Amino acid sequence: MLSPDLSTTLCGVRLPNPTVLASGILGLSHEVMIRVAEAGAGAVTTKSISLAPRDGYHNPVILEWGGGLINAVGLSNPGVEVMVGEIRAARKGLAPLGVPLIASIFADTIYDFGTLARYVSEAAPDLIEINVSCPNVDDQYLRMFAADPYVTAQVVRMVKRNTAIPVLVKLSPNVTDIVRIAQAAVEAGADGITAVNSLGPGLILDIETGRPILSHGTGGVSGPAMRPIAVRCVRDICRAVRAPVVATGGVTDGRDAVEMMLVGATAVGIGSAVYYGGMGVFGQICAGLRDYMQRHSYSRLEEFRGRVI
Amino acid sequence: MALPVMTRILEIWPESRRVRTFVFDLELPTAQPGQFVMLWLPGVDEKPMSIAWPAPLTITVKRLGPFSTALHEASRGERLGVRGPFGRGFSLREDRPALLVGGGYGVPPLYFLAARAVERAIPTIVAIGARRAGELLYLDRFRALGVEPLLATDDGSAGEKGTVLDLLHRRATLYPAPVLYACGPEPMLVALLRFGQEHGLDGQFSVERYMKCGFGICGQCALDGLLVCQDGPVLTGEQLQAARDFGRFRRNATGRKLPVR
Repeated sequence: MLSPDLSTTLCGVRLPNPTVLASGILGLSHEVMIRVAEAGAGAVTTKSISLAPRDGYHNPVILEWGGGLINAVGLSNPGVEVMVGEIRAARKGLAPLGVPLIASIFADTIYDFGTLARYVSEAAPDLIEINVSCPNVDDQYLRMFAADPYVTAQVVRMVKRNTAIPVLVKLSPNVTDIVRIAQAAVEAGADGITAVNSLGPGLILDIETGRPILSHGTGGVSGPAMRPIAVRCVRDICRAVRAPVVATGGVTDGRDAVEMMLVGATAVGIGSAVYYGGMGVFGQICAGLRDYMQRHSYSRLEEFRGRVI
Repeated sequence: MALPVMTRILEIWPESRRVRTFVFDLELPTAQPGQFVMLWLPGVDEKPMSIAWPAPLTITVKRLGPFSTALHEASRGERLGVRGPFGRGFSLREDRPALLVGGGYGVPPLYFLAARAVERAIPTIVAIGARRAGELLYLDRFRALGVEPLLATDDGSAGEKGTVLDLLHRRATLYPAPVLYACGPEPMLVALLRFGQEHGLDGQFSVERYMKCGFGICGQCALDGLLVCQDGPVLTGEQLQAARDFGRFRRNATGRKLPVR
C-alpha cells in the first residue's frame, strides 16, 4: 500500500501535513520557524504580534507542573514593524518546503486589530490568526474579546475589511458557550477557527513562600491536562459550523491527532508538545497518523475526518 | 515535575567589588560544566546562571541589573528557587589537551570544567583575563586544583598587560592542538573563535542570551536558528561560524535585536 497522504487544505491553503506550530511557541525568529518546518511541521504560526513592542511579564513566565505547562508570558513580541521582516524572511525559507506561515495578531482595541491586519498583510502571510483569547491580559483589558460573541464578530469584521488573506480566529475554552462564539465569528466572515487557546487561568503556588510562581500570578494551562476539554470544544464547534478548525490543546502524539481529526479537525495545533518531544514531535505525530491510517486502510485524511461528529 | 526547587543561601563570598559567590543548600549531582540553572528570586525575577560548582550548587554573579542587584542584597538564609540544570554544557575531549579561556565573570563555570579535566588527567591550561588585578576571579581555586592560570589584565596590574587574546597570540606555538573551551564577554568569544580558526583549534564557547523558559519552547534566546537554552549555551565553533548574529546582535525582552557591545 502507498504511504498515506497527510496533506490537507486549510482555508484554501495547502499544508503538507496537518501539524501546525501553535502561536507562542518558538515563533519569534524566522530561522527557528524554518527549522521547525524542516523538522516536519505542516504550518508555522508566529508569536502573537502587536502594534508596539511588548516586554511581557518578568520571569518565571512558563513552567512545567506535572500535567502540562502553565504560562503567563504577557504576549511579549518585538512589534509588527520587526515581525513583518521576520515573516518575509520566514516565507522565503518556508516556500521551498511548501510550508505555509500563519501570522498571529493581537491588539487591545477592535480598531487596532484592523490596523495590524493591514500591516502584517504587507508581508503576505498565508493566513492570519486573530488572537482574542489570551487568558493572561484580562486585568489589563478588562475581559478577553473571545468571551463575547458580539465583540469577537466585530474584531473579525474589522480584520476582514483590512485584508484579503484568509482569517482564523483563535477561541478560548474559558467561556460558557464556545459554539455561540464560533458561530458569531464565522457569520462575521472568519474563514476558520483555531480551538482552543490555553485553559484557565490557573494558579500554582510555591508552598514554601506561599507565593504564586509565575510573576503574573495566574497563567494559561496547556498540555495533556487540557486535552479532553479541547477535544470536546472542537467536537462541539465542528458540529455547529462548517468552517475548518485547527484543533489545538494538549496534542502530543499521533493518537491525540487522530482523535482531533475524528471529531472534525482540519489540522492540529502543536504547542506544549514541543516541551515533551522537542522539534522532532512534528515528525513523530505524522508517523503516528500514518500508522493509524495504514492500519485502517485510509489513504487520505478526509476518509476519517469528522467520522465521530 | 519542573517547578522551581526551593533552597536557601548557605554562604555568600565576596569575590571583587561587584562580584559575589552564592552557595546554596542544594546539590545538582547530574549537572555538567557549562550548564545553567534558572534562579528565581521570588517577587523579583528569574534569570539563567552558569553553574560554578554543582554540589553544593554554587554560582558567581556580577552586579549588573535589577536582578543581580537584588541578589547581591540577599543575605544568608534567603529563600530562592532553582529550575534545571538546563542546556548543553562543555563536552571534554579526553584525547586532547584543554585550553580554558575565561574573561571577567565568565571564569567561574570554567573552574567546574577545569576540575573535571584535572580529574580525568587531561593536560589543562587556563588563561584568564580581566580589566584589572582585583577583577581576576577564582585564582586560588584554580591553584588548589594544581593549575596555575596564565593572567592578563588590561592595565597590567597582574599578569601580562593586554587582553587574554594578546596573551594567547604570544604563546600560540606552545600549544599542541588543544581544544579551546571559552566563557566570557561576546567580543572575547568572537576573537577566540577567529584565533581558533587561525590555529586550527576546535572550540566550544559558552554564549549568553536573554532567556524566558529555559527549556526550548519560547524561542526568546534564538541566535539565528539555534536555541541558546537548549542547543547551547555551549556552542561549537562550527555552529557559531554559521550564526550571522553571533557577535553582532542579541535580543531584549521583546525579542527585538540589539547590537552586542
